[in-house]
Amino acid sequence: MSMPFYVAPEQVMKDRADYARKGIARGRSAAAVLYDDGILIAAENTSATLHKVSEIYDRIAFAGVGKYNEFDQLRIAGVRHADLKGYSYSREDVDARSLANAYAQMLGQIFTHEMKPMEVEILVAEVGASSDDDQLFHILYDGSVVDEDRFSVIGGDAEAIGDRLEAAFQPGLDLGGALNAAVSALAGPDRTLAPADLEVAVLARSSGRRAFRRIEDDELTELLPSV
Amino acid sequence: MTLPIFSASDDPGPSFADLLKRVRPTEALPVAAEPLTITHGTTVVAIRYADGVVMAGDRRATSGHLISHRTMEKVFPADRFSGIAIAGAAGPAMEMVKLFQLQLEHYEKVEGQVLSLEGKANQLGAMVRNHLPAAMQGLAVVPLFAGYDLRRQVGRLFQYDVTGGRYEEQDHTATGSGSLHAGTVVKLGFREGLSEDEALDLALHGLWQAADADSATGGPDLIRGIFPVVATITAAGFARIPDADVRRRFEGLIDTMAGQQVGGTEPS
Repeated sequence: MSMPFYVAPEQVMKDRADYARKGIARGRSAAAVLYDDGILIAAENTSATLHKVSEIYDRIAFAGVGKYNEFDQLRIAGVRHADLKGYSYSREDVDARSLANAYAQMLGQIFTHEMKPMEVEILVAEVGASSDDDQLFHILYDGSVVDEDRFSVIGGDAEAIGDRLEAAFQPGLDLGGALNAAVSALAGPDRTLAPADLEVAVLARSSGRRAFRRIEDDELTELLPSV
Repeated sequence: MTLPIFSASDDPGPSFADLLKRVRPTEALPVAAEPLTITHGTTVVAIRYADGVVMAGDRRATSGHLISHRTMEKVFPADRFSGIAIAGAAGPAMEMVKLFQLQLEHYEKVEGQVLSLEGKANQLGAMVRNHLPAAMQGLAVVPLFAGYDLRRQVGRLFQYDVTGGRYEEQDHTATGSGSLHAGTVVKLGFREGLSEDEALDLALHGLWQAADADSATGGPDLIRGIFPVVATITAAGFARIPDADVRRRFEGLIDTMAGQQVGGTEPS
């Protein structure tokens, strides 16, 4: 019988983290920005049908980057978690924090116990009654959760995009302002992004019960600056 | 609460009912030794008109011969372009409405697109059929489903029986204890291409006659300000008609009928 070689746990974790980061870096990033009427989420995505940004519940949205099948599985699990909770208790008892914790538990579990970590980074956003109550949870492949305010960037290039967004962000931006800040931060100084390269959605306080709304086609073209 | 994750072979897909079954299997209903006295909701009608569909339902709930509730609502939006109206055992009916609304929204979120009107009607049929064991014990729920079909650009109506049988009606339909009276009024007053105004008045007249002849159906309560729930479903979506408008229509109806002295006392 053969004995496996001893590998230090630090090395195992590092290898897994490197593997996950590499997978995430292959895809394009996404950014969420608070604006006067809620939260705007913009993702670089050339597909019109395979979404990175989706609705989870009345006031909660989801964005994922990395491997599509993996974050889509998480998205569906999130919809089920939220709908079951709303059905068992009440619609107002469904919140982003508990969902973010559930995601973190699962990603952490997979990171330490499975063969392969999930190559995803996800964002759970919840729009509150006022902009002080808006919440952004950034969850990493290893299950770490970061609670962010103002804006949040997920993806391989998150640091550079975050720096650009930091420079462009102002409190109380309107929809167009927030969209332009997010899109120019995603694009960087050397590129421009056309409406066809973007997937944009908002959680708008003024939308009624279901706050999630996609911004597409003509509306998106109108809001973006003419080049 | 942990995240509900399933293996590919056990995945419930976009069905919320299947998801519920996986998460918490339901127990068989106890068999009642004698008939229970439970709360019943009564008369609802739906009429197709030029721009879509009108749905209306009275507000009375009864337990045996007693009025148990005066302000029960029986007409609900199912989603943006469809509505559901219920008659029958009130508890299971409310639960069915809640599950149906949730199912449509759950499907939309999981699949990323809305079910077709036909698909929604079939879903409701399956829910009524699943309810059959309870219906056999006297807890029958008989819903009406109506919506605006965005593909065909027309309003459509569906009626169900306790076994989940789904019947599409062309022009109008009614269910509940007063449905015979309400349905007859609507049948006599219906013609192709009714305007919204005419369809609303016809639905309210139907409910009025049902309340006049059926003790379990409530009429307009001018003292307490309780009026039937009336809604239209058109290309613009589900819209509930404000109570003030319903009151005005009933006052008009009462004036007309007082003038004509119709429906005098029954022969003894």
